[in-house]
Amino acid sequence: MSLLVAQGLTVSIAGIPVCHALDLVIEAGERWCLLGRNGAGKTTLLHTLAGLHRPDSGSLSLAGEDLSGIANKTRARQIGLLPQDHTDAFPATALETVLTGRHPWLGALQWEGTDDYRIARNALATVDLADMEARSVDTLSGGERRRLGIATLLAQDPQLLLLDEPANHLDIHQQVRMLDLVRQQAVSDSKALCVVMHDLNLATRCCDRFLLLFGDGESAQGDATAVLTRENLQRLYQHPLHRIEGPTGTVWIPE
Amino acid sequence: MRTSLLLTTLILLALCCAVFSLLSGSVATGWGDLLAALSGNADPTTSVIILELRWPRTAAAFVTGALLALAGGLMQVLLRNPLADPYVLGISGGAASGALLAMLLGAGTLLLHGTAFGGALFSMLLVFGLAHGSGSWTSHRLLLTGVVVAAGWGALIAFLLAISPDAGLRGMLFWLMGDLSHAGTPLAGGVLLLVGLVTCFGLGRSLNTLAHGANVAHTLGVNVDSLRRAIYLLASVLTASAVTLAGSIGFVGLIVPHMLRLLGVRDHRLLLPAAALLGGSLLIIADTLARTLFAPRQLPVGVLTALVGVPLFLLLLYRTRNGTGTREYG
Repeated sequence: MSLLVAQGLTVSIAGIPVCHALDLVIEAGERWCLLGRNGAGKTTLLHTLAGLHRPDSGSLSLAGEDLSGIANKTRARQIGLLPQDHTDAFPATALETVLTGRHPWLGALQWEGTDDYRIARNALATVDLADMEARSVDTLSGGERRRLGIATLLAQDPQLLLLDEPANHLDIHQQVRMLDLVRQQAVSDSKALCVVMHDLNLATRCCDRFLLLFGDGESAQGDATAVLTRENLQRLYQHPLHRIEGPTGTVWIPE
Repeated sequence: MRTSLLLTTLILLALCCAVFSLLSGSVATGWGDLLAALSGNADPTTSVIILELRWPRTAAAFVTGALLALAGGLMQVLLRNPLADPYVLGISGGAASGALLAMLLGAGTLLLHGTAFGGALFSMLLVFGLAHGSGSWTSHRLLLTGVVVAAGWGALIAFLLAISPDAGLRGMLFWLMGDLSHAGTPLAGGVLLLVGLVTCFGLGRSLNTLAHGANVAHTLGVNVDSLRRAIYLLASVLTASAVTLAGSIGFVGLIVPHMLRLLGVRDHRLLLPAAALLGGSLLIIADTLARTLFAPRQLPVGVLTALVGVPLFLLLLYRTRNGTGTREYG
């Protein structure tokens, strides 16, 4: 059964159309990328898929069940979101922050057990933050906080990972490392990804399916050869682009 | 382990504060008198002083401080604002307006408690209704609504003070600054405190996620709207009960949760009960000083909470000024 199915999904924010009658099927193991200009509604669509934003019309179903009818806790075990940006009013330590990812897996009065601590520490080690577990989050750099967010999502262990600009604040090495890491989640654990990104070259490296939001409610979807055409991308970004075949595959360079 | 160590330390601290309070006063009493009074073997005068004069006031101080610190911790998570305290949303303003009106009309203690509690609940419902309005219930909207309603109460309080006869002003000012001399044994407050602590224990992990923001809490499976409503109602009722007991005692609700955060306690399952214990202890000390420093003259306890709390808080802040806060409990 498909993991997440959107049928006739119409979403708008502040009167601006994001997508109109969008049909989208996300299967386990698929790696989707959401592309679009600033303000095209990528985050809004991602939040809609996460159940944070109500669509104007259309339906969303998770493993065959209507998304709005699913208990919060059940949904949180299936869908996880890395937000684009967030600030902590009262910074916790790195380990405490990652442990919040275990919330949907624990009973109401249950405390985190040794398994949860093991999962959280593994997640920290995966993003190279193992020696920072006792550090307060407000003393971490922007890139370290980004990796902490990814670790929290890994600790939550959902089937569908929604990531809003995961490469923000990361250096080149960590961009590649973190995207390979989430890519691996899909390849080896048959999880599904839906990633919002601005860097086309990182996007093609990480994802194999693309949803282009043109900003007027229209969209295009498919694999790289079908939708990542010069015509589509120039329409998407309203900027001339050059296509170059590089050693790692196709590269797009703005004029 | 560190969790139980911290809680044990704070329980011992609260007991020490209580003993200090029971032994302090214009009549000299010692350990022997205290033990004798507790076991029922003291002479009648000592027994009355310790069990009927000092004990209710000590208990009232503890319960009030605990209620305020708990409510303060809850308000800070609800509003995601470190400057939030139990009074920021106008609960104390509503209570004060009710209490001053009752004093102006010459009402007795019981009616005064009733109008104070009623005023607090009225203010709570007013802010809740207005903040809900037609839009979404964001922290900012709630904070702004509360702050503006509180400003309205402030004007009403000033008006009531202005039209009151001089003879009543002293009592009113003491009430506004917070005063435990008429508190009595805090049975209802104690029960509410227990209810609050049990509820917070159940909500603790959800509160930890809410501290990271509503969207994060939602995607981690928390029903954010009901959680926020629950926190708001709980914090408001706790505050209303504290204000009814002892007037608007400032500062405890603001700084006690921060003191614990500065000590490295950030998990709300530990932070909130610890805040209740520390807030209670702080208020016992402040009240004991308030009634003994210038005896027989009594000071409003609200003056002392700041006098005790400000240096303590600044010291903690100074010691962790590098911001790493490396000590942790967990």
